[in-house]
Amino acid sequence: MGRSALLVELGDLADVLSLHAEIERRRALGWAPSLTDVIPAARTILLDGVTDRAAIEQDLRGWTVPPAAVRDGPVVEIPCSYTGPDLAAVAAAWRVSEREAALTHARAEYRVAFCGFAPGFAYLTGLREELAVSRRPSPRTAVPPGSVGLAGTYTGVYPRSSPGGWQIIGSTGACLWDPGKEPPALLTPGTRVRFVDVT
Amino acid sequence: MAGSGLARSCLVTVERPGLLTTVQDAGRPGLAHLGVPRSGALDPAAHRLANRLVGNPETSPVLETTLDGVTLRFSGPAAVAVTGAVAPLRLDGRHVGWGVPVLVRPGQVLDLGRATSGVRCYLAVSGGFAPPGVLGSVATDLLSGLGPPPLAAGQTLPVGAASGYPAPVDLAPYGIPSGEVELPIHRGPRDSWLTSAGRSTLTTAAFTVATASNRIGLRLAGASVGQAARGELPSEGLVWGAIQVLPDGGLVIFLADHPTTGGYPVIAVVDPAGFSACAQAAPGTTVRFHTVHSDGRARDGPSRRGG
Repeated sequence: MGRSALLVELGDLADVLSLHAEIERRRALGWAPSLTDVIPAARTILLDGVTDRAAIEQDLRGWTVPPAAVRDGPVVEIPCSYTGPDLAAVAAAWRVSEREAALTHARAEYRVAFCGFAPGFAYLTGLREELAVSRRPSPRTAVPPGSVGLAGTYTGVYPRSSPGGWQIIGSTGACLWDPGKEPPALLTPGTRVRFVDVT
Repeated sequence: MAGSGLARSCLVTVERPGLLTTVQDAGRPGLAHLGVPRSGALDPAAHRLANRLVGNPETSPVLETTLDGVTLRFSGPAAVAVTGAVAPLRLDGRHVGWGVPVLVRPGQVLDLGRATSGVRCYLAVSGGFAPPGVLGSVATDLLSGLGPPPLAAGQTLPVGAASGYPAPVDLAPYGIPSGEVELPIHRGPRDSWLTSAGRSTLTTAAFTVATASNRIGLRLAGASVGQAARGELPSEGLVWGAIQVLPDGGLVIFLADHPTTGGYPVIAVVDPAGFSACAQAAPGTTVRFHTVHSDGRARDGPSRRGG
């Protein structure tokens, strides 16, 4: 990806979490010191700050990567009012009423797979594959803070107003990011999440 | 001029904040996995040059102005330098040099006017601006809201102690693009999501910088880059310079305050050699792309403008 970054494509989220754990273990021992950022995502890991691309590619191909252990993080409950502007579109995609769509979303159990996009934004897995929805054809220029959105099978909560292309199904008053706290993010990798319907 | 004269403490009062003036340094690299954008000066070359001119470390905090400059009153002596966008600079109403160190006496008012070429000026002061930082940086990040808010009239900015001497130069050449901007790009990683016509359009068409552009990214209007129907891409990491194609065929070039991950396909990445041009491209500017090798050499033949 450009002159100084490398995008590693993997089979699935489990492979991402395993390779990411291995990369971080080796970085702590001094591997690839030029790297500035390592960003795990749904099926990729982005390495930014690459100076010797060939050496890094060769290393990654040669490693034997053990599967990463799944950690059970704390449970966080997020109150959600299911009144978002895209709830009707999501309900239509799921072929249910808006009320049933809200209940379906609130019934699932979620887990933070990885963070990204903006400070405090977590990608939550937990929706079944057949409930995957597409993003909006053009992103909104400003999504209100606390918006609960869907993209693919991921759920995310916008910590503050930002541009966004996810389908907004609800909103929450929960504080997702507080720089005065340690950690500043409410949702960190491994955290289990339940949405409590307060519509 | 003695260096000790600049070591005296100095406060800067904002008399006119301008459209959008922020403090910027080298930002917050290394926190992207927490969703924290890199942020920092949008035109890194101009940022470093301004600091060198006043004898600061290259990454010291500076002011980044947007289009219409800023007016500051100095309580103490200082050396200042303005780089980046070309704009008239006045000290107590008298014209002084752009792109060179300027000595300011206590009580003097420095007025940086409207940019005549480019968008963002970088104003460095000996010692550097020293507002409180967060996560290792004082940069204002417009996407996440980290860092101090943009400058407001009447506020004061502390200035650090000068650590070096201003550079004794009469002129620091710095290229400000005028007219059309040509950006060097590296294809991929998701250019297979484009139709072959779309791939060709990327390096033959002229695009226009849209008014919705900001420190997060440049929105480009004009030609539409056709996307092959390939379903959806899961969100993945982004870099400064990443060019996303939106479902409607529009393009976004991500800049310093970009989100750390995104879900629309990145079909090419602007080489760092093009970052200054991106930072200085005003709405309405015509933008063209040409492909380069990873070492920066041009790859497209002379026919690249043929379309």
